Amino acid sequence: MPGTSRPSLLARIDFGRNETLLVLVILAFSAVTALVAPSFLSLPTLFDLLRNSIVMGIFAIGVLLVLISGGIDVSFTGIAVFSLYTTTLILTRLGVPVPWWAAFLLSIAIGTALGLVNALFIAGFGLPTLIVTLGTLSVIRGVLLTFVGSTLISNLPVGLKEFARLVMIRGTTAEGYFFSLPWAFAALVGVVAVTWVLLQYTTLGRSIFAIGGSPESARRIGIPVRAVQTFVYAYVGALAGLAGIIHASLARVANPFDLVGLEMSVIAAVVLGGARLAGGYGTITGTLLGVVLIVLVNTSLILLGIPSTWQMVVIGALILVGTGVPAWQARRTALRAG
Amino acid sequence: MNEPLDGAGPTPDATLRRTASPTFRLLASPIGRLAVITVLIFVALALLAPSRFVSVGNLTSMAFQFPEFALLSLAMMLAMLTGGIDLSVVGIANLSAILAGLALHAAGPEASAGTATLAIGAAIVVSLAVGAVCGVINGLTIGRFALPPILATLGSGLIYTGLGVAITGGSAVLGFPAAFAIIGNGSLGIVPVPLILFAVAAVGVAFLLGRTAYGIRIELLGTNPLASRFAGIDDFMVTVKTYVLSGMLAALAGLVVMSRANSAKADYGSSYMLLSILICVLGGINPNGGFGKVSGLVLAVLSLQFLSSGLNMLQVSNFAREFIWGGLLLIVMVVNTFELVRHRR
Repeated sequence: MPGTSRPSLLARIDFGRNETLLVLVILAFSAVTALVAPSFLSLPTLFDLLRNSIVMGIFAIGVLLVLISGGIDVSFTGIAVFSLYTTTLILTRLGVPVPWWAAFLLSIAIGTALGLVNALFIAGFGLPTLIVTLGTLSVIRGVLLTFVGSTLISNLPVGLKEFARLVMIRGTTAEGYFFSLPWAFAALVGVVAVTWVLLQYTTLGRSIFAIGGSPESARRIGIPVRAVQTFVYAYVGALAGLAGIIHASLARVANPFDLVGLEMSVIAAVVLGGARLAGGYGTITGTLLGVVLIVLVNTSLILLGIPSTWQMVVIGALILVGTGVPAWQARRTALRAG
Repeated sequence: MNEPLDGAGPTPDATLRRTASPTFRLLASPIGRLAVITVLIFVALALLAPSRFVSVGNLTSMAFQFPEFALLSLAMMLAMLTGGIDLSVVGIANLSAILAGLALHAAGPEASAGTATLAIGAAIVVSLAVGAVCGVINGLTIGRFALPPILATLGSGLIYTGLGVAITGGSAVLGFPAAFAIIGNGSLGIVPVPLILFAVAAVGVAFLLGRTAYGIRIELLGTNPLASRFAGIDDFMVTVKTYVLSGMLAALAGLVVMSRANSAKADYGSSYMLLSILICVLGGINPNGGFGKVSGLVLAVLSLQFLSSGLNMLQVSNFAREFIWGGLLLIVMVVNTFELVRHRR
């Protein structure tokens, strides 16, 4: 607004933005939970929230990229559990102590390779993304449980044990409650920073938006659509490998039955964050807020006295309402316009 | 089904069929090829294990096994024909079965013949009504609120499954009148009741798709939504009707599963979602909408049931089965793309 006096704070908030709505919902949810259970407003809760957001946040950033590119991926949890379990198994069999970052690199490499398998079917053969990733999810999990292993590994390699002990922030509240934040949180921060730069400032990042908006137009202005798609699925695979190994390290166990089933919650978080399934639109801020909302719902339902059996219903309803309202508004605007 | 409804008019297929030899013509049509594959799988298994595979016991047990996922595949097929997908079919099947199961549970296993008949009737009505309501919700979110079908049915599927978990607390609903077993385990003569249910549903859907205006509307909507709207088709009504039908078929599948298992639970048949998509893709139903025939679906169901029985005989684990179904889905889709490429030339 040039030339006018500075508008009030309230007037400057854009209520049409998805992020604004999300912040309001998160605040409202926190307020209600705090009223019912005053213990909610404490540093330990905040740090629990941050710690629980690490793995889901990394997954969500990957899913965001896929949605922006106009696809969907449901196989990333399978990739994560395959990477974490195979990495742990290889390092245990090797018997040589390796530093944590070597384990991370191995897991990321396995994840990237599996992501390239998705890319082969999606970018190579041009198959529908949902059905391909449903297929690869069951293939990856089937191979893991049939040929790699189906037993827990509770004695993790030394490097991963050490990583779990690396704590960034720790402290005790006045009431004597202990809280801490592992260094793994830095991985989420790093992933967010790298992906933000990628999406905002690189040709590759802008190409991802372009192919999601309209693959045909993107092809005609000279964007190598298949190469960009290949990158997207490889990147998601790499992030899944990273999230998987962090999950195993923090959980202090490699469980081959873990993580699969979480994919719907992650997709819900990203979609609530405003990313469009049709492609071409999505923000990192929105995605992170979506993750916070889903993690918040999961943890505070119990504090609110709602049985955890209702969790699935709440997440499903959030998906329908959170995406239905904007879709309906867009449709009404479109109808009015023309 | 008659020729004019067969896909999008004169395809290279049609020209081939007019000129080539009968064998070649059979192999050139997707349905013919699938029929040959189905027969080959059957013959291969019959040769590998003649006494076990071609026994009356095995054939009847197969006829009892496949109707439940065949019904779910019919439900999935309808959604796919409109260009959508229904990820909530298993959720609908379980939720409707749980609610119907509560009615049966109220009658209890020692109910008198009269009470049992009443309870079973009530259960069937409840189940189909729940399936229809779930379908209306799916149709409304997709048709009116313009949600992409993937998201709408993903969200509603979570709600249906979640309601099932919340109502039962995650445990199974048990204690049905003994007579209820007829739906899943009974036979009329030598024909299993679930097979009859599936046959009736399949013929009904084939009739709707091939012989009614509604069938043509689905095909047009799935082929080109914009063009179908300009052709004056009420896409909202077609969408709602399709998802209601899909929901009721899923509910019927839920009844069969419940009767066979003699219980209802929120996580039954969780592997059926992938299986029903696999069957549709294998049966030549185009996931992008528009094309697909019930005959293709039936052949796909049969060939997968034969394979599944074969895997049972080899004592293949459930995990390996997951791997095989997923791999098969990917391979079939890749083969289908080569098919399309060849046709375009």
